[in-house]
Amino acid sequence: MDLEFTAAEQAFRQEVHAYIAKSLPAEISAKVHGGKRLGREDYMRWHRTLAKQGWVAPGWPTEFGGPGWTAVQQQIFDEECAAAGAPRILPFGVKMVAPVIMRFGNAAQKQHFLPRILSGEDWWCQGYSEPGAGSDLASLKTKAVRRGDHYIVNGQKTWNTLGQFADWIFVLARTATEGRPQEGISFLLVDMKTPGITVRPIRMLDGEHEINEVWFEDVKVPVANLVGEENKGWTCAKFLLGHERTGIAGVGACKRELKRLKEIARMEPGGGGRPLIEDTRFRDRIAQVEIDLMALEFTNLRVLSAEGEGKRAPGPEASILKVRGTEIQQALSELMMQAVGVYGIPYVPEALDAGWTGEGVGADYAAPLSGHYFNMRKTSIYGGSNEIQKNIVAQLSLGL
Amino acid sequence: MDFNLTPEQGMLQDSLRKFLSKEYGFESRRARAASPEGFSRETWAQLAELGLLGIAIPEDDGGLGGDAFDTMVVMEALGRALVVEPYVSTVVLGGGTLAAAGSASQKEAWLPAIVGGEKLMAFAHGEPRSRYALAHVETTAKRDGTGWKLDGKKAVVRDAPSADAILVSARTAGGAQDEGGISLFLVDAKAKGVSMRGYATQDGGRAAEVSLSGVAVGADSLVGAADGAFPILERTVDRGIAALCAEALGIIDALNEATLEYLKTRQQFGQPIGRFQALQHRMVDMTIRAVETRSMAIVAAAGANHPDQAQRRRMVSAAKAHIGQGARYVGQQAVQLHGGIGVTDELIVSHWFKRLAILNATFGDAEHHLGLFSDRLLGEKA
Ligand SMILES: Cc1cc2nc3c(=O)[nH]c(=O)nc-3n(C[C@H](O)[C@H](O)[C@H](O)COP(=O)(O)OP(=O)(O)OC[C@H]3O[C@@H](n4cnc5c(N)ncnc54)[C@H](O)[C@@H]3O)c2cc1C
Repeated sequence: MDLEFTAAEQAFRQEVHAYIAKSLPAEISAKVHGGKRLGREDYMRWHRTLAKQGWVAPGWPTEFGGPGWTAVQQQIFDEECAAAGAPRILPFGVKMVAPVIMRFGNAAQKQHFLPRILSGEDWWCQGYSEPGAGSDLASLKTKAVRRGDHYIVNGQKTWNTLGQFADWIFVLARTATEGRPQEGISFLLVDMKTPGITVRPIRMLDGEHEINEVWFEDVKVPVANLVGEENKGWTCAKFLLGHERTGIAGVGACKRELKRLKEIARMEPGGGGRPLIEDTRFRDRIAQVEIDLMALEFTNLRVLSAEGEGKRAPGPEASILKVRGTEIQQALSELMMQAVGVYGIPYVPEALDAGWTGEGVGADYAAPLSGHYFNMRKTSIYGGSNEIQKNIVAQLSLGL
Repeated sequence: MDFNLTPEQGMLQDSLRKFLSKEYGFESRRARAASPEGFSRETWAQLAELGLLGIAIPEDDGGLGGDAFDTMVVMEALGRALVVEPYVSTVVLGGGTLAAAGSASQKEAWLPAIVGGEKLMAFAHGEPRSRYALAHVETTAKRDGTGWKLDGKKAVVRDAPSADAILVSARTAGGAQDEGGISLFLVDAKAKGVSMRGYATQDGGRAAEVSLSGVAVGADSLVGAADGAFPILERTVDRGIAALCAEALGIIDALNEATLEYLKTRQQFGQPIGRFQALQHRMVDMTIRAVETRSMAIVAAAGANHPDQAQRRRMVSAAKAHIGQGARYVGQQAVQLHGGIGVTDELIVSHWFKRLAILNATFGDAEHHLGLFSDRLLGEKA
């Protein structure tokens, strides 16, 4: 047993750290640290920067342009990015559709799509969920009917993250109705500019526009954009859902938020004219989350090292990491709102725009905190709800 | 013991519920919240007509002479409908304080006008640096001829932008944390030197940062005795907390009803999701919280009515702590069990959830009141 990173890993961390310090634009990291809104260009700028360095897709094999890092190196990279206030690399292209294309796509698809994902030329979004098909994804109804060289797609997807910016969407659509529901699903790549696609915003509980409905009305999709075999899309979907494990726990982001919570608790007034951090009751709660985060961090590292050593592919661990990671993110966001007391009450959405110069309310750092707490409720719902994750552990791991 | 509503309270509950279910649908609430003032003057006049604005005001002052239990009945219904009109600010805090501690001329000038729906009030006590400490007052009032001059800042003053008068606490003696030396003033919201940075709140209401700079008020604006306002403020806040506890109760019950209905109707895996035992148990835990919340809302109201200060504070803190924890649990789980639709602005569920979160942050959150209750244990005899 040795809990220390190797010398090589430490050197790697320093290299990553130095690179990010030099390359991440200050106005972008200020937005991330300050909880301000990020626009399409903020994400893309960082994406392109990392792409030039060859680091935008840490999990990709080298043959497709990945850096060839170990799982532990990827974790170190994630942490350094989060700590520096880098926008997250959106998972839909790099971590979701790309591995599916690598595994199931044909040569033409690999050649066309992978470099564009890497460079950031195409922004991808995920078209899985439907109003009637969430946890029970296989009950999806969006239909794709083959007509000559095209599929004609009709239906509705929903809860589509950042689809308002997307160039492409990967869609699960029903191509057959016989047999088990899982058996008639196909995995399609769809250009968002195709006639018949309508994107409608859904306002979230924090007032922000982050998710959308996507409607398909007689949308013509070339058969060349089918990934894998017709009616075998469920295999792709399952592969995708189980694929990307590094980062699922969100340890890096949690560490950054913990640091922010402590900073706020040092600045906020507590009782008796002393800073809040001196209130033992509140400090105990910070300590509790930090301990929970430590448990998560080392669990995550144990899983990653096992993976690196080529021991069995992790199964239930991914679910465990997702459940605990989201619980900790939620606890952190809750404590931050709590830290600012009554300054969690004002709703001043203008203050979330970087460069806004109006008169703020309370401390600058207070403005995004309530919205952030409300917004973080999503984390236990999306990506396979935490109830579904527990079902997976119960069934696959515990044999119940 | 008797936990039943009186026949009058029963009637009040019925008529208010009917009124709200007819007039106060979610979409109309949304329109009110988005209007320039953030609420509807017309609705306010209707609430006056229903007699609701006089419930907690003594009969001598033109009200109905009710107590905290009557207010509880009202607040429970207002909570369910997410009413944005300034009931707590004007009636419970403003009117209640003047009725309990105002001078004869203050009562005469304000209480009938409150009962009639003509005047609105706000309660400006907390400050940017006071967190939830009731005695922490840095705003000052200095004697100025026969009157006073007020200077300072008040934080997140609910309903201040539309208020006609504001109750302002200010230090007239002692240090920033002392219970002694605080005085309470009734200040015209339009008085020279009063300025506001108004804004919307996370739960669809309105509030303001209120600045006082050299605000001159007459001797007759003092509420209660100079330097002696702390007990008045405590009572006001306790009355306010009891009202908010009842409001939380209305919301928790409404959230549970909506969630139960959703569990029965939402189909996944070919069955209603309410068939999944994990969700059944969750729903039961939410129900347990609701049952206990009702008990503790009653404790809070009884506490607010209690003549003994120590008993009153003990009961009110217990209720605020317990209901704050329960509200957090029920709010979060109601959102969770609704899945994606639960985190949208479209459904009322997220609005109930947010209102509960804001109630928790008002007049001390669950942890603050747990702390107050806990600190009292030191004074208990073995
Ligand atoms: C902010 C956000 C962003 C999202 N982004 C995307 C996206 O980009 N693309 C996309 O395709 N989807 C996206 N989703 C959708 C997400 O994957 C679904 O919300 C999720 O799968 C849950 O489905 P549902 O919302 O229909 O809830 P339901 O499946 O109806 O679930 C309702 C409740 O029932 C519980 N439940 C369901 N089945 C069971 C069971 N068998 N046992 C126990 N409990 C159960 C759930 O855990 C939940 O609490 C997003 C969701 C959110 C909230």
